[in-house]
Amino acid sequence: MTAILIDGLFGPFLEFGFMRRALVGCLALSLSAPPVGVFLMLRRMSLMSDAMSHAVLPGAAIGFLVAGLSLPAMTLGGLVAGLAVALLAGAVTRSTLIKEDASLAAFYLISLAAGVVLISLRGSQIDLLHILFGTVLALDDPALLLLGGIATITLFGLAALYRPLVMECVDPLFLRTVSRAGGPVHYAFLGLVVLNLVGGFQALGTLLAVGLMLLPAITARFWARDLGGMIPVSVACAMGASVLGLTLSYRADLPTGPAIVLAAGALYLLSMLFGPQGGLVRRFVRARHLEG
Amino acid sequence: MSAPAGAIALHGLTLGYDRHPAVHHLDGTIRPGALLALVGPNGAGKSTLLKGIVGEVPCLDGRIDRPDLAGAIAYLPQSAEIDRGFPLRVLDLVAMGLWRRIGPWRRAAPYRDRLIEALGLVGLVGFEDRPIGTLSGGQFQRALFARLIVQDARVILLDEPFTGVDGRTSADLLRLIGAWHGQGRTIVAALHDLAQVRGHFPETLLLAREPVAWGPTEAVLSPRNLARAQTLSEAWDEDAAICGRAAGETPHAHSHAHGPGHDHPHHHGPAQPHDHRDAP
Repeated sequence: MTAILIDGLFGPFLEFGFMRRALVGCLALSLSAPPVGVFLMLRRMSLMSDAMSHAVLPGAAIGFLVAGLSLPAMTLGGLVAGLAVALLAGAVTRSTLIKEDASLAAFYLISLAAGVVLISLRGSQIDLLHILFGTVLALDDPALLLLGGIATITLFGLAALYRPLVMECVDPLFLRTVSRAGGPVHYAFLGLVVLNLVGGFQALGTLLAVGLMLLPAITARFWARDLGGMIPVSVACAMGASVLGLTLSYRADLPTGPAIVLAAGALYLLSMLFGPQGGLVRRFVRARHLEG
Repeated sequence: MSAPAGAIALHGLTLGYDRHPAVHHLDGTIRPGALLALVGPNGAGKSTLLKGIVGEVPCLDGRIDRPDLAGAIAYLPQSAEIDRGFPLRVLDLVAMGLWRRIGPWRRAAPYRDRLIEALGLVGLVGFEDRPIGTLSGGQFQRALFARLIVQDARVILLDEPFTGVDGRTSADLLRLIGAWHGQGRTIVAALHDLAQVRGHFPETLLLAREPVAWGPTEAVLSPRNLARAQTLSEAWDEDAAICGRAAGETPHAHSHAHGPGHDHPHHHGPAQPHDHRDAP
């Protein structure tokens, strides 16, 4: 029984090199994106990261226009555009009356439309689909190195930023009174977010890049009580979703990126029902006990 | 006038947001070791003054001389400004007070005894592993006081520390403030409860946008002063006042007449025509 299960889950990876590459890429992304997602969620920036992921698109599109489907060009373009929009949105918020979410929404709509137009200038519908939904089954060596590099930078970066970042989330005013680190820490964190969005863009495409970032992070909230527990849970959850999604897409011939995100979504729904920290079933059972 | 070392000196201080002054032309010195209560009606500028002293609100005019020791000032804002939904343990919250000693990277573990001791002093023994979201309002305020203890600052600013806190907790925390005073720390607290002020604070600054009185508590909290503070703050039009002089306005902006209901009863020194124009 277990043998069948193991073969069912891991068979495709043993059999095919491209599946192993996809798995390695997704696992690297699962190491770096969910911890960033945990902080995004706790800072109430979940939707903002979604907006930023769309902002990566026009940059990648310009890279595509210049060099075709070339990884370095599109990565560089995406990084520059993502950082620019993050900084611009922050600047607009600080210098006008518009709140940050509104200015981000404006920027992201403009960038998404501009990106799609730019790609359509030269590419085919297939290219557009690749860029929108990712090409996790076609990850080549440079792409894997990029994802590995992003994971490394992110983990070291988060370790270095951890304490001031937590203080910035909980009590920014306190951090301001004891240190000037708040501003630089915020921007360094935004840099990590953009880095991971570019990584997610390689694997899952621009529309779903935040899938492996936010869904596991939100899921972790139902399992762990404090930050030290949430981060490992979110990583484990993302890795599980990667394996499940890849297998599922192979067996059922589904598009890979959406399958991975759907697997993460299924884990989220299950956790929402059965998670020990505020899961619905538990809450319901508790309430009955109290009444009785 | 030279202030003693470690004092906070306010020179012609005007503080405000977006050129709307909230505290006007305040002069005086908070001497080291003072136990000063800030009293005044709602919107009198108590919070703004505290924020000005920590540098959160810019000086529109005048200046503040602070003790230039790094981390010399600890500030407790109104607790509504803290995200209590964050999954953080009480011990980690208190450990934030160690920032000046351990910065972003050094280990907090060697200070664990000190953190536990601080929790003990505020009556939160055994709470160290509880998430901060599970604390009641009073317990949370105790935890913030533990963080202040760990900060070990020479100057402690408290913004309405007893709002929404039960009598026993405020009594405990007042004892703690008394102990800090005994250690020679400077304490400035914005407060509402006049009985508390009379009972525990030897010095009071009565504020109603501008200073009404500053000195020994009994003299400051006279019925006459309190009535005057009330009148001053009621007469103030919240939206209309833009301080022309502080913002360096050009003369044409001064020509707008005040509406009949906009009688500002404050004065800004002799030979200094000081006008406000109505905001659009």
